Amino acid sequence: MRALIPVATVIAALIALWYAAVVPMNAQWTRDQAARAGAELTLPALISDTMSQSRPRLPAPHQVAAELWRSTIIEEMTGRRGWWNTGTLSNRSLIYHGWVTLSATLLGFAIGSGLGIALAVGIVYNRAMDASVMPWAIASQTIPILAIAPMIIVVLNALGISGLIPKAIISTYLSFFPVVVGMVKGLRAPDQMQLDLMRTYSASGLAVFLKLRWPSSMPYLFASLKVAIAAALVGAIVAELPTGAVAGLGARLLSGSYYGQTVQIWSALFAAAILAATLVALIGLIQRITLKRMGMAA
Amino acid sequence: MTTPPPVIEAKNLGLIFETSDGQVEALRDVNLTIAKGDFVSFIGPSGCGKTTFLRVVADLEQPTSGTITVNGQSPHDARMNRAYGYVFQAAGLYPWRTIAGNVQLPLEIMGFSRAEQNERVARVLDLVELSGFARKFPWQLSGGMQQRASIARALAFDADILLMDEPFGALDEIVRDRLNEQLLALWARTQKTIGFVTHSIPEAVYLSTKIVVMSPRPGRITDIIDSPLPRERPLDIRDSPEFIDIAHRVREGLRAGHQDD
Repeated sequence: MRALIPVATVIAALIALWYAAVVPMNAQWTRDQAARAGAELTLPALISDTMSQSRPRLPAPHQVAAELWRSTIIEEMTGRRGWWNTGTLSNRSLIYHGWVTLSATLLGFAIGSGLGIALAVGIVYNRAMDASVMPWAIASQTIPILAIAPMIIVVLNALGISGLIPKAIISTYLSFFPVVVGMVKGLRAPDQMQLDLMRTYSASGLAVFLKLRWPSSMPYLFASLKVAIAAALVGAIVAELPTGAVAGLGARLLSGSYYGQTVQIWSALFAAAILAATLVALIGLIQRITLKRMGMAA
Repeated sequence: MTTPPPVIEAKNLGLIFETSDGQVEALRDVNLTIAKGDFVSFIGPSGCGKTTFLRVVADLEQPTSGTITVNGQSPHDARMNRAYGYVFQAAGLYPWRTIAGNVQLPLEIMGFSRAEQNERVARVLDLVELSGFARKFPWQLSGGMQQRASIARALAFDADILLMDEPFGALDEIVRDRLNEQLLALWARTQKTIGFVTHSIPEAVYLSTKIVVMSPRPGRITDIIDSPLPRERPLDIRDSPEFIDIAHRVREGLRAGHQDD
């Protein structure tokens, strides 16, 4: 509860700043319209007009909130193509587009985490992999994802793979990296004494992994999973941009920018941000439960 | 009179570490025989090779010359046969396991049945007087209690040899006295052979049947003292003239080792 006040203060300050920016950003269009109509423009009229344009340069917070509400609950419950009337999600709602992106995100995140853990195990246990994999992993992350995403999609499309999988692969591409880095550190967390102890038991390599290295790496795993799932979401959205995808948050961003629908862009952005925050919070929750059960209250 | 075969026997043992700035002679010409049931302390300044010797016995370091047998086998075979329990300077309990879970760790690795695991955990926790703390996590215990738990962990699988590397080094004098007393009682009850590294003269004299005095550069043995003290030792034996005599001899041995610096 005590944390609520500072958080609320910061949010209120950001919203105030946003409203303050709306007026100068959109004023030009309002002045032009007034000049063309030959009308006299009072300051209150100017301010109220900048807050309610249909294609503002910068939409006001309440416009974005209203659009978010309209394109989720209202669309699904009352829309002609909405869930209430048809039993399927409407392709005009952010819930539908969010789900399209989310499914690619989750698939990519699952593959990426698995790949990341597998690579980390390889790096820790195999000298050749230790020397060779990490530079490539780092190099892979220096290539701008925007440059490589279209190529992955084109190549996979030529192989007859389209839809969910190419997007998931781009999510994988972004999300495996933090897991590799975190898990290499985590699996190497046990100190020499703990490894010596295992040696005095003449423990097998598998036992050392299961009883010592794996549990030691848990805090590192969760920290890197949080980064990875946010990166996976970015990957899925970016993968939707260059493909002319018709569905997904990325497609909403793209079509919004084609038609100058700034309100639509901003509400899609917020939908993505809310989705990311929810996913990270979910992993945080699993982390808390797991570490608590392990006696490592975080 | 037939003497039983020695538990640990080192002959002309030497160990040279290759480091980035040249060779370090950690052990030179170490000759030592430890009989079953002995309580042997290794004492000397840091760098004298006392810990290194213990680690050679445990097959955690490889000697570069000479021979050593543990239970008549090579240290490697002895380790594979789980001939010893090792207690490190830090308790090193796993924070994600309860005290019982930590003691159970070697038993799980060595494949004891679930029923026997529980029975053994209960028995050794009782031995180190930690029965009431089985379900606590390590951070809920004091340093002395954690070290007792780590001794229980080393005792759990009933190895004949207990190797202890400055187990009480990080504890205060009062806790240390109490643990020394408990360790003697434990030794009397279990009849184990104990190798104990320390740099406290009173601790070495109070605990041991045999005191090995070592000195550094190169690490070597300068004196081996067979203690005339009885096995039954109350704490106030430390004020007896015999005790003071032995302590004096140990101190002389340590000083002799330093003279050629």
